Amino acid sequence: MDIQFTEEQELLRSSVQRMLRDQYSFEARRKIVASEEGWSRKQWETFAELGLLAAPLSEASGGLGGGPLSTMIIAQEFGRHLVVEPFVETVVLVGGLIEQAGTEEQKQTFIPDIIAGQKIWALAWTEKDSRFELANVATAARRDGDDYILSGQKTAVVAAPWADYLIVSARTKGSRDDRGGVSLFVVDARAANLDLRSFKTIDGRRAAEITFRDVRGELLGGEGEGVARLEACRDRAIGALCAEAVGAMAELNSATLEFSKTRKQFGVTIGSFQVLQHRMVDMFIAHQEALSLMQHLSLGLGAGESGISRLASGAKSKIGYAGRFIADQAVQLHGGMGMTDELNVGHYFKRISSINIQFGDPAHHLLRYVQLDAAA
Amino acid sequence: MELALSPEDAAFRDEVRAFIAENYPKEMRVPNPETDLTKEQSLLWHRILYKKGWIAPLWPKEYGGPGWSITRRFIFEQETSRAGTLPPLAFSVTMVGPVIYTFGNDAQKQKFLPRILSGEDWWCQGYSEPGSGSDLATVRTKAVRDGDHYIVNGHKTWTTLAQHADWIFCLVRTDPSAKPQSGISFLLIDMKSPGVTVRPIITIDGSHEVNDVFLEDVLVPVENLIGEENKGWTYAKFLLGNERTSMAGIGRSTRYLDRLKKIVKAEIAPDDPAHLEFSKEIGRIELDVLALEATELRVIAQMARGIDPGPAASLFKIRGTEIFQGITELTHRAIGNYGLALREQPLSANQFMPGPDYSHTASEKYLNSRKLSIYGGSNEIQRNIIAKAVLGL
Repeated sequence: MDIQFTEEQELLRSSVQRMLRDQYSFEARRKIVASEEGWSRKQWETFAELGLLAAPLSEASGGLGGGPLSTMIIAQEFGRHLVVEPFVETVVLVGGLIEQAGTEEQKQTFIPDIIAGQKIWALAWTEKDSRFELANVATAARRDGDDYILSGQKTAVVAAPWADYLIVSARTKGSRDDRGGVSLFVVDARAANLDLRSFKTIDGRRAAEITFRDVRGELLGGEGEGVARLEACRDRAIGALCAEAVGAMAELNSATLEFSKTRKQFGVTIGSFQVLQHRMVDMFIAHQEALSLMQHLSLGLGAGESGISRLASGAKSKIGYAGRFIADQAVQLHGGMGMTDELNVGHYFKRISSINIQFGDPAHHLLRYVQLDAAA
Repeated sequence: MELALSPEDAAFRDEVRAFIAENYPKEMRVPNPETDLTKEQSLLWHRILYKKGWIAPLWPKEYGGPGWSITRRFIFEQETSRAGTLPPLAFSVTMVGPVIYTFGNDAQKQKFLPRILSGEDWWCQGYSEPGSGSDLATVRTKAVRDGDHYIVNGHKTWTTLAQHADWIFCLVRTDPSAKPQSGISFLLIDMKSPGVTVRPIITIDGSHEVNDVFLEDVLVPVENLIGEENKGWTYAKFLLGNERTSMAGIGRSTRYLDRLKKIVKAEIAPDDPAHLEFSKEIGRIELDVLALEATELRVIAQMARGIDPGPAASLFKIRGTEIFQGITELTHRAIGNYGLALREQPLSANQFMPGPDYSHTASEKYLNSRKLSIYGGSNEIQRNIIAKAVLGL
């Protein structure tokens, strides 16, 4: 595995780095998070101008064809800056789903607006009883002419309060866990009878509880294909979330190291204490291993390797545990300052905690990793 | 997980793989190669590699190395470890050999290097002493110059396989008044010299790997001094750097994990909740191995592009040994009650061991591998190295 980035990829990385350094300082982010909307359309437009919203999408649908490696590069930098805007939701999840499952007409209708930064999307798959199981769907869809009518509830849908459109998983047949009975639908987020109750997430973003009372939806992909589509989409999302986590871990490590070299107690810098030195070495190692695994996963996703879903679960678990370790220790080593809202450390802690929940926590994915091995 | 190989390197990998399959001696496939082989048996593979010209991958061509690239050295290491072959004695080939060709004089190179390559000389390492473990710079073994000789007195310990050794390379104190690091010299001592006594140390697994080596008025010719007098610390540090390469042990860990999975399957019913507990613990170690392997490949790829890996060897040593200790511990737990049994040393053919074959060496492997986090610079020392060199603490 020789990950030597191409010139194009290096260029992408440095342009994202420069833009975020100039425009997405921790103070700038704080203002965005505190704003009424909770995100910045202006930033989103900048992302679009830089081509970030086009980068991973295929050239056939108007994207730049960078695939999972460009997602990785962008998400790693977004993780370093705690970007709140819905890149993963709109581009990686929904952009990917429409590209994979949509008709030509759907692609032409929706993807250009995603790339241009005109429309925000969110993916509504979680329900109150589903936990992390994609096939566990109670929301129902019944056919009505060319369209479908959806009723049911989705829970903790990240970025939904910002969204123009949703992709919703709903049951077209079968009982609650029946894999073959789930389909995907495009729904206008402002449709009548769609009730959206917004709340703030621990990492300073917005999510919503959504109730559908006979809301009209347009089928995306074949009837009954929903779970398979969502599974592939989850693997790509995990690639992006792992990269964000790795970016956040790098920032936590460097902040903690810096702090340990300046903070004095007992007349010396706390970085001179061996117990803390060894702790920071373990944090360094955890980040190195996570970085390697992240690259390995993104390369595999790009190459469309078989068994990639098992690897995605493995990486989500291992990187999740590594992130939690680093975040815990970063707060601990910062002492009381690590507990404050003022310092960025706690915000990285919360971002990593949020990543560890989305699409399944480390324990869930460890089990899935083990079970897919037994099934092989 | 594989390196992206050029067609030539891929052909080389296939050649190595085929060579191992055809030539690795059957006599060396014993339950626990590290403890069960006689000196002669353990040298069989060494001699085969020597004949092939593959015995010393690290060495420059002029001294008898094969002249491989970093990538090929890695491929060779990966293939031999995946196949479960016993590596040639590290003290000779990986440790003292490079010190001699890097810091030795021509006479020393001519005298010692060919005998290391052929396996004629077996070397052991005289570093640790009862009072000098991690704090190696405090060695007290004294070498006093007397005409053409040094007179050496002291006590070396934890000397691995000294019972087989023809030679020992020693750190000795030649200037007692200098600062600890500055008064040390690097001396080669013939184990047959009068005044050298080897006393076995039996470890908790019952095996005899390590020894005390007593040196009483041992006469060592001055021509056996490596480099300059009192510069030994520099050579010792160079050697320790070599010792820690390929410590990740991916091949070995992968083999032992596969074996562990089979044992769990055979020992614990699938509907027993313990089965899932074991599966989860195995899954976590498997992911640790995967992440370490991906890290190793990343470092190899960087080295092949000429980037200095820094103290990556310390990272591999820490994680590689933690992982392998974890695997042997889980294996010992997986065999349940049979974990009570321990093979008696020395081995005899009619010794009774209860339980299935796969359980027979689990206890001793578990016990023996406790050493891994202690030797070659303890894992705490490795953390000190990373803290200083990488984190700047």
